[in-house]
Amino acid sequence: MKNAVGREIPDFLLKDGKEVYQGKNYMDGKYLKKASPCTRRYEKPQESKIVSSIAEALCQVGAKSGMTFSFHHHLRNGDYVVNMVMKSAIEELGLDDITIAATSLGDAHDPIAEYIEQGKVVGIQTSGIRGKMGEVVSAGKLKTPAIIRSHGGRPRAIEAGEVHIDIAVVAAPTSDCVGNCRGIGGKSNCGSLGYAMTDAKYADHVIVVTDCLVDFPNMPASVEAIDVDAVVVVDSIGDPRKIASAAARISQNPRDLMMAENVAKVIASTPWFKEGFSFQTGVGGPSLAANLFLEKYMDERGIKMGWAIGGICGPMVELLKKGKVGKVIDVQDFDLDAVNSINQTPGHYEMSASQYANPANKGAFVNKLDFVVLAALEIDTGFNVNVLTGSDGVLRGAPGGHPDTAAGSKCCIIVTPLVRGRMATVCEHVVTVTTPGDCVDVLVTDYGIAVNPLRPDLIECLDNAGIPHVSIEELKEKAYSIVGRPDDLQWEDDVVAVLEARDGTILDVVRKIKPLSLND
Amino acid sequence: MVINHSATAGTLESSDALITVEPGEGGIALDVTSSVMNQYGRQIKATVLETLGRLDVTDAKVTVVDKGALDCTLKARVECAVFRSCDKSASDIPWGGVIQ
Repeated sequence: MKNAVGREIPDFLLKDGKEVYQGKNYMDGKYLKKASPCTRRYEKPQESKIVSSIAEALCQVGAKSGMTFSFHHHLRNGDYVVNMVMKSAIEELGLDDITIAATSLGDAHDPIAEYIEQGKVVGIQTSGIRGKMGEVVSAGKLKTPAIIRSHGGRPRAIEAGEVHIDIAVVAAPTSDCVGNCRGIGGKSNCGSLGYAMTDAKYADHVIVVTDCLVDFPNMPASVEAIDVDAVVVVDSIGDPRKIASAAARISQNPRDLMMAENVAKVIASTPWFKEGFSFQTGVGGPSLAANLFLEKYMDERGIKMGWAIGGICGPMVELLKKGKVGKVIDVQDFDLDAVNSINQTPGHYEMSASQYANPANKGAFVNKLDFVVLAALEIDTGFNVNVLTGSDGVLRGAPGGHPDTAAGSKCCIIVTPLVRGRMATVCEHVVTVTTPGDCVDVLVTDYGIAVNPLRPDLIECLDNAGIPHVSIEELKEKAYSIVGRPDDLQWEDDVVAVLEARDGTILDVVRKIKPLSLND
Repeated sequence: MVINHSATAGTLESSDALITVEPGEGGIALDVTSSVMNQYGRQIKATVLETLGRLDVTDAKVTVVDKGALDCTLKARVECAVFRSCDKSASDIPWGGVIQ
């Protein structure tokens, strides 16, 4: 069945009430019956929950074949915990038929690809999928199609019981002996633990893995001891150099700066750019640089930003410290400046993934956003964005908060160069739709700006401010005139991944790629 | 043009291609690998064959390792490799002739 972004969704996926994507806000007003975990009572006072090894913790919570394990990605590409726990479960305890439900997965998790090929890991539910795991899943080696969700779609699915977490594993930079966890104060600090919060509340069992045991009580706790079954102390939960980079530096690339300046110009031309406005930006070159130019316009108009959300990095913390933004609310930290600021700088708070972006709760932060500035791997003439599959059809990205912030904000700006190498970023049809075009408002490229025809109000803003813009078709033709018109990708029938819209409907599927052979 | 000995041109940098030409065994044997194979493999093949045709190369083994080069880059690299293979790259390059 074809959905609202024109993608053909196979019928076998449309069971148990699953529907195809119908357009934004389709689920508004409907009711949600929340799932509840089955948790063990620890009535008898325990002095400590520390056990000697991951295997012992897994045994204590009754780990079995067929279970779903959840992980969070605050340790980013420095994470050791996913591999450590899976090794213990599969190689020490001999478990199989395992589903990994992670908030995101990256190159650090290449060893999991082997377990997929062996058929021990049979399900993957995640936002990001990259590296070897992306390749083996794209090659159709995972037993069931991977399920890709946004950062808001995941807590929605957990709360709705579409994902039941048997065992949640919390990678904690610090924990006390009963499992109060924080993202700071240890040797592998990551700052916010926002993505772990929903998991810990909805899992049957919770295991904390830490490399820095601190005195009880570890306060204020991001994950609380009331939800934790066992604590394991290991030598290291991750590589600090890969968890948080040194300060995210603003790009010096003149092309990025030109695009960033145009982003700021577009923002400044709209009625929402006024005292107290709200903002989120990605950490990519031109998105991050937009901060710099925005500050200039704020100074000119004598206005301040009310609040900012998102994955947070240094330049935003800098604005907070200068008093140019009122509050920063943070689900994940990208650099040491942000890690060292959360819960320390007045006005810098932590939030859960649900509070950040869940479309099924009663008011996530994204719904109050004025502006979001995002990147894209591809954007097509329907303003649909792909941030998941490479233009060769292989899984190597993550929707993250992209679809959530795009849908929630009043003005969603995509900033991307027109071509990357020989790839046309602006194209006829994106490989996979990860953010539907009805949520995307403005496209800023190095060859021009285009406004979604669904937003005549924004077209008027740009015209009034004298900002030139063209149709997105013109940008696409310009791109193809440089790199040549690509051949259509060839696919097998097998579905290797299902892309869920944030509301739980099906936005797109990724099929197994048929590699081109010139000898045919 | 006759390929006298093997020669290469280009690099493995992103947006470039490494072209190797060797004396052939009767006809053109072309091997293409590319980071953009699925979308541009056919066009790369057509561009390389067209360039070889323009240079009147009929007997060669040609290996293309492409890293997303644009057509203009591919043409220039093929031309350069062919001229090197018959020692004409130091002088005698027919600018404005077959090299456009």
